[in-house]
Amino acid sequence: MSEDNQGDLWEVFIQPKPGRPHKHAGSLHAYDKEMAMKSARDLYTRRQEGVGIWIVKAEEIISSQPDDSESFFDPANDKIYRHPTFYKLPEGAKHI
Amino acid sequence: MEDAKKLEEFQAKIDADIKIEPKDWMPEKYRQNLVRQISQHAHSEIIGMQPEGNWLTRAPSLRSKKILMAKIQDEAGHGLYLYCAAETLGVSREQFLKWLHEGAAKYSSVFNYPTLTWADIGAIGWLVDGAAIVNQVSLQGTSYGPYSRAMVKICKEESFHQRQGYEIIADLSKGTEEQKQMAQDALNRWWWPSIMMFGPHDGDSAHSNQSLKWKIKRESNDELRQRYVDKTIHQGEILGLTFPDENLKLNEQTGHYDISPIDWDEFWNVVKGNGPGNRIRLAHHIKAHDDGAWVREAAIAYRNKMNAKSKIA
Amino acid sequence: MNTNLYTYCLRLADNGLILSHRIAEYCSAGPQLEEDLAITNVGLDLLGQAESFLKYAAEIKGGGITEDDLAYKRKEKDFLCVHLTEIPNFDYAYIMARQFLMDAFNFYLYSKLVNSKDDIIAGISAKAIKEVTYHLSRSSDWIVRLGQGTQESHQRIQTAFDELWMFTDELFESDEIEKSLEKEGIGVDSSTLKKDWQMKINEVFSLAGINVPKIEKHSLQYGKFGLHTEYLGYLLAEMQHIPLLYPDAKW
Repeated sequence: MSEDNQGDLWEVFIQPKPGRPHKHAGSLHAYDKEMAMKSARDLYTRRQEGVGIWIVKAEEIISSQPDDSESFFDPANDKIYRHPTFYKLPEGAKHI
Repeated sequence: MEDAKKLEEFQAKIDADIKIEPKDWMPEKYRQNLVRQISQHAHSEIIGMQPEGNWLTRAPSLRSKKILMAKIQDEAGHGLYLYCAAETLGVSREQFLKWLHEGAAKYSSVFNYPTLTWADIGAIGWLVDGAAIVNQVSLQGTSYGPYSRAMVKICKEESFHQRQGYEIIADLSKGTEEQKQMAQDALNRWWWPSIMMFGPHDGDSAHSNQSLKWKIKRESNDELRQRYVDKTIHQGEILGLTFPDENLKLNEQTGHYDISPIDWDEFWNVVKGNGPGNRIRLAHHIKAHDDGAWVREAAIAYRNKMNAKSKIA
Repeated sequence: MNTNLYTYCLRLADNGLILSHRIAEYCSAGPQLEEDLAITNVGLDLLGQAESFLKYAAEIKGGGITEDDLAYKRKEKDFLCVHLTEIPNFDYAYIMARQFLMDAFNFYLYSKLVNSKDDIIAGISAKAIKEVTYHLSRSSDWIVRLGQGTQESHQRIQTAFDELWMFTDELFESDEIEKSLEKEGIGVDSSTLKKDWQMKINEVFSLAGINVPKIEKHSLQYGKFGLHTEYLGYLLAEMQHIPLLYPDAKW
C-alpha cells in the first residue's frame, strides 16, 4: 500500500444570496475539481447557506505577507478625504 | 532562541485581542500547543461519531433516525473544519490521522464509554454535547484566527445537538416506567464522564497556564466545569431525574453548585487507554481508513490520468 | 382503501427506507471524511422520501396508523423493497455500484412521477427528482473514478457490478398494480423505464471502462412482491429492535 494521500486542500467560497459577494466558508480535501465542487456543496450548503459556490486550490491563492503589512496597509491611514464623513456640508443640504 | 522582541510583540497582540493568522510569526510552543489542542478536538469529533452511530441503525422512529443521522454528519463536518484549521499550522491531515492511529494523539475520553441503551443517545446530546458547548462557546474567543472561525461555525451548528439529546431524555422521563428508568440509568452513567470532559483541575493541568496566557484557551478547566454543572442541574431536576452525587448542592455563599470529589483514577485510567471503548473506537477508525485506501488511491490515479491527458491535449 | 395505491406507495417508500438504512450502517466508515458527509446527505434524502411515502400510505390505510407503524411494525413479508436495496455494504465498490444502479432507476422513475395525477405523489416526486438528479451525478462520478482509477479499483467495481447485475432485473418487473396505476396516470409501469435506464448505464460504463454484465433474467422471486433476500430479515431485526422490545412505549 502506498503512502496515505488525502488529496489537495481546496478553499470554498459561498454566495449566500443572489447579488451578494462570495465569502470564504472553509476548506476541504478533494482529489479533483469535480469532486471538490460536490464536496463543497455537501459540506458547506447543507443548511441552505448558499446559492453559489467558488472553489480554488489552496496552493493557488496568493496571499499578502504579514511582513509587508506596514508598507501595504498603513499608508491608507491619512487619506481620510476618501471617506464622505471628511466633508463639511452647509446646513440644510440634503440628498448629498 | 526565539527573538525576545518578537515574543514581546506577539504577547502584546494577544493582550490586545488581535487574532493570530497562519502566516504571522508565532512562538514554536504556541504553534505546537495549538496543533495538539485543535487536532485533539478534531479527533474527538470524529471518534465521537461512533458511540452515536452505534444506535443510528436502531433509532426507534423515522424522526429520531433523521435527526441522529444529521447530527452525526455534523460531527464529521466539525472534525473536518478543525482538521483544516489545524492544517494551517503546517501539519497535514495525513499526519494527524497517523498520529491518531499510532496512539500518539488523544481524543476526548468520554467517547470511550459504551452506549448501552437508546437513552444514552439522549444523554450524549444533553450532557456530553452540553459540556462540549460550554467549552466551544468559550473557544470562539481563542487567539488563533482559523481555530476561532471554525469554532464560530461549529457553535452555530451545534445549537440543535444539545436540544436533540435533551428532548430524548425528556420524552423518556415522561414515558413508561421502563423508559424513566432508562433515562435515569443513562444519567447515572454519563454524568461523571461528562464532568471529567473539562480535564484535570486547574492546578494539575499540564498546559493550562501557558494556554490561558496565549489565549488559546480563554477560561480555565474548573471555571468551565462549574458553568456546565450550574446550568445542567436545573435541566435534570425539572424532568424528575436525580444526579448521581449525594454531595451535590447549591452553595448559598458562592451561588454555585458543589460536587463530590472527581474520581481522577478513573479519568487517567481511561485517558491511558483502559476505558471500555478505547481499543474498539480506534480499531474501527483504523479499519475504515485501511478499507478506504484503495478508493483514495483510485481517486488519485484518476486525477493523474486526467492531468496527463490535458497536458497532451 | 385504495389497495393498489397503498401497495405502490409502500414500494416507493421501502426502497428509500432500506437503502438509506444501508447508508446509515456505513456512517463513520467512509474512505475519506468528505465522502462520509456526502453519502450521508444521500441517505438523508432517501430517508426523507421514504418518510413522505409512508405517511401517505398510512393516510390511505387509515385507522390511525402512522408512518412509524409502517416502518417499525410491519413484518418482513409486508416490505416491498427491491432486492438491490437489501444488499449489504460488502465494500465501497458494492456501495457505489448499488447506489448508482438505484440512482439511475430513481431518476427516470421520478422524472415521470412528477407528472402524476395524484397531487401528493407528484409533490413528493417534485422534491425527490431534484435530490436524485444530484445522487446520480455523484455516483456516476465515482463509478468513472473507480473504473478508471487503479487496477484494483477497476477490478473491484467490475466485480461489484457483475455480482449485483442479477438484481437489476427486478427493477423493471411490473404487475397489474403498476399497469393499472399507469393507465390512471397516477403511477409508472416500471418496465417502461428500462430503455432509458440501460442507456444511462451504458453511457457511464463506457466512460468508466466497465463491461455490461451479460446475465439474462435470473430471479424467481422479487422483493417488490414481498419475497426477499436473506439479508433483509437481519436488517429489520436491527431496525425494529426497540419498538418490538417495548411495544407499549412511545419514542
